[in-house]
Amino acid sequence: MTRQANRLGTDLVAGARIDRSKSIWFTFNGRRYEGHEGDTLASALVANDVQLVARSFKYHRPRGFFGAGAEDPCVMVQVGVGAETLPNLRATQVELYDGLVADSVNAWPSVNHDVGIVNDLMSRLLPAGFYYKTFMWPASWWTTYEHVIRNAAGMGVAPKQPDPDTYDHMHIHCDVLIVGGGPSGLAAALAAGRTGARVIIVDEQSEMGGSILASRLLVDDKPGAEWLASALAELGAMEEVRVMPRTTAFGHYDHNHMGLLERRTDHLGPGHDIARQRMWKVRAGQVIHAGGAIERSLVFAGNDRPGVMLASAAATYVNRWAARPGQKTVIFTNNDSAYGVAADLADAGISVQAIVDLRVEPGAAALEEASARNIEVLTASCVVETRGKRAVEGVTVMKLNDAGDGVVVGERRFDCGLVAVSGGWSPAVHLHCHAGGKVDYDEIQGCFVPGKTLEAARSVGAANGQLDLADCLTAGWQAGTNAAADTGFRKPGKVPKGPTATAVEVSPPRHVWIIPAKPGEENKVKRFVDLQNDVTDADVRLAAREGYRSVEHLKRYTTLGMGTDQGKTSNIPGLGILAAELEKSLPDVGTTTFRPPYTAITMGAIAGRYTGQMLEPVRRSPMHHWHENHGAAFEDVGQWKRPWYYPQDGEDMHAAVARECLAARNAIGILDATTLGKIDIQGPDASEFLNRIYTNAWSKLAVGRCRYGLMLSEDGMVMDDGVTSCISDNRYLMTTTSGNAASVMGWLEEWLQTEWPDLKVWCNSISEYWATLTISGPFARDLLAELCSDIDVSNDGLPFMSWREGTVAGAPARVFRISFTGEVSFEINVPASHGLGLWQALMTAGEKYGITPYGTEAMHVLRAEKGYIIVGQETDGTMTPYDLDMDWIVSKKKPDFIGKRSLGRADFLRDDRKQLVGLFTEDPLEVLPEGAQIVDDPNAPIPMPMIGHVTSSYLSANLGRSIALAVVKGGINRKGETVHLPLENGRTVRAEITGMVFYDPQGERLNG
Amino acid sequence: MADSYLRQSALASLHLIARANQADSNAGLSMGERGFLCQWVVRGDAGNAVFASAVKDVTGCDLPIEPNTVQGSGYINVLWLGPDEWLIVAPDGSDAGPRLDEACKDIHAAVTDVSESRTVIVLAGEHARDVLAKGCALDFHARSFVVDQCAQSTLAHMHVIVHQRSDAPEFDVYVHRSFAESLWQWLEDAAAEYGFAVSNPV
Repeated sequence: MTRQANRLGTDLVAGARIDRSKSIWFTFNGRRYEGHEGDTLASALVANDVQLVARSFKYHRPRGFFGAGAEDPCVMVQVGVGAETLPNLRATQVELYDGLVADSVNAWPSVNHDVGIVNDLMSRLLPAGFYYKTFMWPASWWTTYEHVIRNAAGMGVAPKQPDPDTYDHMHIHCDVLIVGGGPSGLAAALAAGRTGARVIIVDEQSEMGGSILASRLLVDDKPGAEWLASALAELGAMEEVRVMPRTTAFGHYDHNHMGLLERRTDHLGPGHDIARQRMWKVRAGQVIHAGGAIERSLVFAGNDRPGVMLASAAATYVNRWAARPGQKTVIFTNNDSAYGVAADLADAGISVQAIVDLRVEPGAAALEEASARNIEVLTASCVVETRGKRAVEGVTVMKLNDAGDGVVVGERRFDCGLVAVSGGWSPAVHLHCHAGGKVDYDEIQGCFVPGKTLEAARSVGAANGQLDLADCLTAGWQAGTNAAADTGFRKPGKVPKGPTATAVEVSPPRHVWIIPAKPGEENKVKRFVDLQNDVTDADVRLAAREGYRSVEHLKRYTTLGMGTDQGKTSNIPGLGILAAELEKSLPDVGTTTFRPPYTAITMGAIAGRYTGQMLEPVRRSPMHHWHENHGAAFEDVGQWKRPWYYPQDGEDMHAAVARECLAARNAIGILDATTLGKIDIQGPDASEFLNRIYTNAWSKLAVGRCRYGLMLSEDGMVMDDGVTSCISDNRYLMTTTSGNAASVMGWLEEWLQTEWPDLKVWCNSISEYWATLTISGPFARDLLAELCSDIDVSNDGLPFMSWREGTVAGAPARVFRISFTGEVSFEINVPASHGLGLWQALMTAGEKYGITPYGTEAMHVLRAEKGYIIVGQETDGTMTPYDLDMDWIVSKKKPDFIGKRSLGRADFLRDDRKQLVGLFTEDPLEVLPEGAQIVDDPNAPIPMPMIGHVTSSYLSANLGRSIALAVVKGGINRKGETVHLPLENGRTVRAEITGMVFYDPQGERLNG
Repeated sequence: MADSYLRQSALASLHLIARANQADSNAGLSMGERGFLCQWVVRGDAGNAVFASAVKDVTGCDLPIEPNTVQGSGYINVLWLGPDEWLIVAPDGSDAGPRLDEACKDIHAAVTDVSESRTVIVLAGEHARDVLAKGCALDFHARSFVVDQCAQSTLAHMHVIVHQRSDAPEFDVYVHRSFAESLWQWLEDAAAEYGFAVSNPV
């Protein structure tokens, strides 16, 4: 095959944006082709005369290039191989790089021989909504059906391997953000930039210029490319202007927050060490939408054959890439813009057979362009069919009647490989609508234009329905000036003039939403509305007749406007057909909702760097690396990494936890408890504040003493617990559970600021200040005494639930005699920077006592042996203190505390509420799964009445048997009774309801 | 005995001081830990003359009333954190906190030692703003964030206080101690494309 057989020479296209001296080799569907720097995959394939490039989604019909950019509905490709591969990219947006490998998606075994074409032969059996009609019975087979359907209709393939590329995020602020680097956007950027405002202008394409790149328009009486170069040079020299090509504004959110996706290395291929794509999160003072307009197609018989292409796309392939989409063409239009395309194609040596115009009277300037090139214009005419096998070979044209709903006898036939179609233009209102902007219907242009916006934003140029270049430049300049002024930037002195162009008079388009077929063939032909999803006019009409009258329902039922292109070219024709079927006006039918993203964005870009190791920040205690170096397995507690257990010499978790638990009761266990929340509470009303926050009384807590407290939310349910100590007059140290530290702090502040502003109390978080090391066990006191000379650590000097300030191993310390194990236990708090030093000192001095570090798992077992609850494990937001058998902690005397009123509700006093109890399994070595359901009668019919569930369950090495905590309906009064636990594996376990304190019920060890 | 030489800054395990000696002078920014600062959160009523003058007497700084600003004496900085909340920052060994606590004993104010709660990572140089912009939604452009401005936000999803120290620009980033290693890891990753040197700020 000739290399680039369809590449037009410089004699025919002088200004193409490709570097003909630079060859790029790429592979498409297994064949190697040559392109040039500046090409897209689509333009290079057009230049190589590759016409059949895709298969449609449902019928697997052959598809060619229909558009030239983001609007193209047809040509999805899989780009790259292995882990690098990206599915479902639009070939029209893939920039060529050397070695690029791309394949068609949705075709098997190949795009030329696709077995799925059988769907096309069966298309009468696959009408709109066929999913909902066909695969309904039997219902249990749906998963099988779905699997097959998804494969048949599937698009590209997601890579199985982890993505080797990196992606990142960047936040940026500006005064004026301009979306779209065409004439309007550039004029706006120049105007705003010259005021000194911070300006960002983005364009999704590889270079700025928009329609200038694809046309031969003159600006300021210069060739467009010349003006473009000077405009970009000026913008480039402005310090506060950022010009961002290859950047898609994918979403406009509240308060002018805009999401941008910058493709940094996609055009270079794999193997770069900067982020492949960067998501920019912009906060803009003013936004200017200048994203242009999207050309629409016409809905005529055979309009999906490869070779049928948007007129603007044909012009773009020729002007921008010197790629010839066909040698002979027929132009089919309802408006004047296609006449310029005809001229461009003719001047590039393409034989324009005819311009077929739906209108009776085309614009004078348009007719002049045609006649200057001897192009025949057929007015009030339409294409009634296309001919050809895999691609267009010719068209038949007939006269249209006055009503536009039928043809007049007498046909003309033309041979052509390209049908360039223009059904008018639709402004890209997507971003305007994302942020709640409304649209108005423009009767004349037959499109929705931006209406009211809630944002500090404006739409200009083609994005605002202005199709004339002169208007675009003026509007862009004005918008740039005004937007800058609205953010406080004005250029001093005389108001300079913006760029100009010559205005062109045009005649209005004629809207015929369904182009008639040849007489007698109305029911035989296929006229596509949505080329990606294979939705025909008949599908839309059928859906309307079946009652899908809402446009949103129509979309879901027919899939019109779904998929990766979201109906950029098809929505308006589809709405026009629906409106006609419903005998409503098009604006009465309305549009579907425009939602971000404008075009698809990668999941990688959304994740940014927050993946793998950096998925979430990790909180580490000052002793973290010691734990790491000593083989700890870690458990995630919120964002904290806490040592879970410390396996030694091949121990499994069970053995390690058993060893740690025994050490804590027989020698010394040492726990890193740094993660506990700590709040410094100061002020003359501090004790009154605690009285209101906790259920128990705080007025009489002396300096140096500690008290356990339970916190309820307003609904009377247990929210948090912890020990609070009196530090000095009017000063307390509150501890919270590790997971609730921040939310309790917020809770306290909320009550102080919103309900009790009269209380003189200050709360400050000091969770991060202290490293907390807990030593527990019969020798804990001996060890502490060795390292601490300025505190009397005897039972009299430092009794249970008291604290003293002093020095431990040389570090300033607060030592709390509190216990979560039931052993004599000291919680030593030192400034965090001393944490590691103290830990090492304790380990060294404690060696002779058999000091053993224990993790959270042993901590859980030890506290369960004593029946101490863990908020969030024994409680789930529905447990009252009474349910926990903790009536003793609820003050009867206090006038009020948070949750008090709820505790009096009748439901809380029911004696069949789920209540916390202990469970002993009949088989002492049976460890119940946490969450196991409890029933009274294991033989009851399913669904069995369930009376509770297991909240905590462990094998206790100290007791030599399993223990469990559970909630059971009315459990407090059922001690000694037997209940049953049917397990997942079909076995049923019997267990006896017991008290919660399994170990040392008298508390002798604790007070020793 | 846990002597003072055993005190560990939040980033001690990363051996940043050793890395600082191998600094690269072509770097787009420098990063280092300013550890062991004395810090106190001060709560009080800005309108109370006794309170304001106590702060002035003890720190030598006017109490900053303008949101997100810093008053500095060269030795001590006072950062505005909220309408009734400030952070006093002084070099290791300062007794400003206890003295202020004493001076405020007759009014409703609170001084809480938080020296150990946060460490400071200093970002300085040409690309310091770019690195901040990768993880923080605030506007650090020279037009909107200036010397002796401060702000609280999140950087890479971690709570931080950012104080701009100079036009270099140089930023003090206060981060909670438990998050410091995560933040440093994120910063190294974010700074890689600009090239960075490890500094040893004093």
